[in-house]
Amino acid sequence: MSGPNFSNPVVRWIEHRLPVFSFMHHELHEYPTPKNLNYWWNFGSLAGMVLVIMLVTGIVLAMHYTPHVDYAFASVERIMRDVNYGWLIRYIHSNGASFFFIVVYIHIFRGLYYGSYKAPRELLWILGVVILLLMMATAFMGYVLPWGQMSFWGATVITNLFSAVPGIGDWIVTLLWGGFAVDNPTLNRFYSLHYLLPFLIVGVVVLHVIALHRFGSNNPLGIDLRGQQDSIPFHPYYTVKDMFGLGVFLIFFSAVVFFLPNAMGHADNYIPADPLVTPAHIVPEWYFLPFYAILRAIPDKLLGVIAMFASIGVLFILPWLDRSPVRSASFRPIFRIFFWVLLADCVLLTYLGAKAPEGIYVVLARIGTAYYFFHFLLLLPALSIFETPRPLPRSISRPVLDPAGSVAAPAATSKEAP
Amino acid sequence: MAETHDGATRRDFIHVASATMGVVGGACVAWPFIHQMNPAADTLALASTEFDTAGVAEGMAVTVLWRGKPVFVRHRTAAEIEEAGAVDLESLPDPQADADRAERPEMLVLVGVCTHLGCVPLGQKATDPRGEWGGWFCPCHGSHYDTSGRIRKGPAPENLEVPPYTYISDTVIRIG
Repeated sequence: MSGPNFSNPVVRWIEHRLPVFSFMHHELHEYPTPKNLNYWWNFGSLAGMVLVIMLVTGIVLAMHYTPHVDYAFASVERIMRDVNYGWLIRYIHSNGASFFFIVVYIHIFRGLYYGSYKAPRELLWILGVVILLLMMATAFMGYVLPWGQMSFWGATVITNLFSAVPGIGDWIVTLLWGGFAVDNPTLNRFYSLHYLLPFLIVGVVVLHVIALHRFGSNNPLGIDLRGQQDSIPFHPYYTVKDMFGLGVFLIFFSAVVFFLPNAMGHADNYIPADPLVTPAHIVPEWYFLPFYAILRAIPDKLLGVIAMFASIGVLFILPWLDRSPVRSASFRPIFRIFFWVLLADCVLLTYLGAKAPEGIYVVLARIGTAYYFFHFLLLLPALSIFETPRPLPRSISRPVLDPAGSVAAPAATSKEAP
Repeated sequence: MAETHDGATRRDFIHVASATMGVVGGACVAWPFIHQMNPAADTLALASTEFDTAGVAEGMAVTVLWRGKPVFVRHRTAAEIEEAGAVDLESLPDPQADADRAERPEMLVLVGVCTHLGCVPLGQKATDPRGEWGGWFCPCHGSHYDTSGRIRKGPAPENLEVPPYTYISDTVIRIG
């Protein structure tokens, strides 16, 4: 490896035996990044930083938490009242989960708008969907740990989803519970897995970043880099921009942690778990609501569960559903309209997931669910054929230097490196 | 390399045999790690509960804890028993005669877990909503059960489960 010349002899000694410094120089300093990235590109690195916040606060909380049905609730209350700054660390962790999903959902919709899932970044996208699934599993099991009413009944309802599997459903549910209901064995294994899964997420994030650095970031124009004039080094330009974005994020995050720490939670979860009384309204955390709405929109138990998992599953095959060679919605007039329809649909489903499944809400949830699958399974393949994209700029530099010089050029003539 | 008539070599045999042994060995090692998640011996040891039904007066209902789940014991009135018996079985989503659901018609014993997603239905207290068929009503997703605990309306696919139980004396039942 022909790395940079380091003057510090200690650095040179280490570099010769373990080339970490040239690796960091290559991946952070030289790493050519499109010069036209907008602020929507902040959310990837921001998600990574929130993951670190969650890991640090989670490891600290684990030092004070007791995973036992008789002590879990009390140990969380002890963290809130007696442990020094326990209230702060727990509120950062519980609200951090919500903010993690806010950041990641923005990151996903950015990818949807600018076609970041298209060739050659399909695996990058798929690894991202894997991270989303791991996050959902982790968040679900973390929510069970305080052992309040919502913890217990959320765990009961979600694990019961697996009883819909024909034939072996009940066997699977007993295996998940380690008993005949959600009980102490369930709490213990959820605690173990809640500690494990974030580190699996870290592993998949590493793969996500390796895949990203293969072809570099997509950009708002959705066209490939045409040479050095189109890129700038990641450091210092984007390290500074990411730091600025982190500062803005922390203002919002701190506002919620310090002034509205329970705004995104449920009061019922401050009642200790009672296996004999179900709360009147079981509602999952807000970030699961669109999926919960899809589950309830379908009157059949098994089909509802299948539809809910399919709503994420469809993201795995998205790169092959949207065949349009143009990545960015900026140059796809019809796709751009339907992107906003999809976003509105997801917001609608989030709203409906929190409502009682009766009357007009059921009808709307069915329409919303139907549109969600229509968008991915029929609309995107059809648009790939029938939509006429606008002309693409010749390069990232041209719209700035020579706005008149825009010429139609195929976007995804990806130069696969040998 | 010694070749057989169809081109396969002894080394191919070694490859297939090794891979097969690897898969079988892997499955054997995997099983303890899967089975450890199933209910442990002490959990199974708590799998039966005894309950004296003498204290349950007519029209009254009591909830018993069995294997971490609520069990509904309801002393039905004559009108409720008649109502449950008079149903046209063809019209039920999960057809089952009332006579097959209660050892003694007046004393109905059911697992109090909704067969949809596991909530505890309301209807044990006199003040609870009991649904359109006077049995139980699940508030989570709106399932209605009749006076025999059979599903009549809503997303639940099956009737409330009847646990295995026997009368070990005139009034005492052992559940499980």
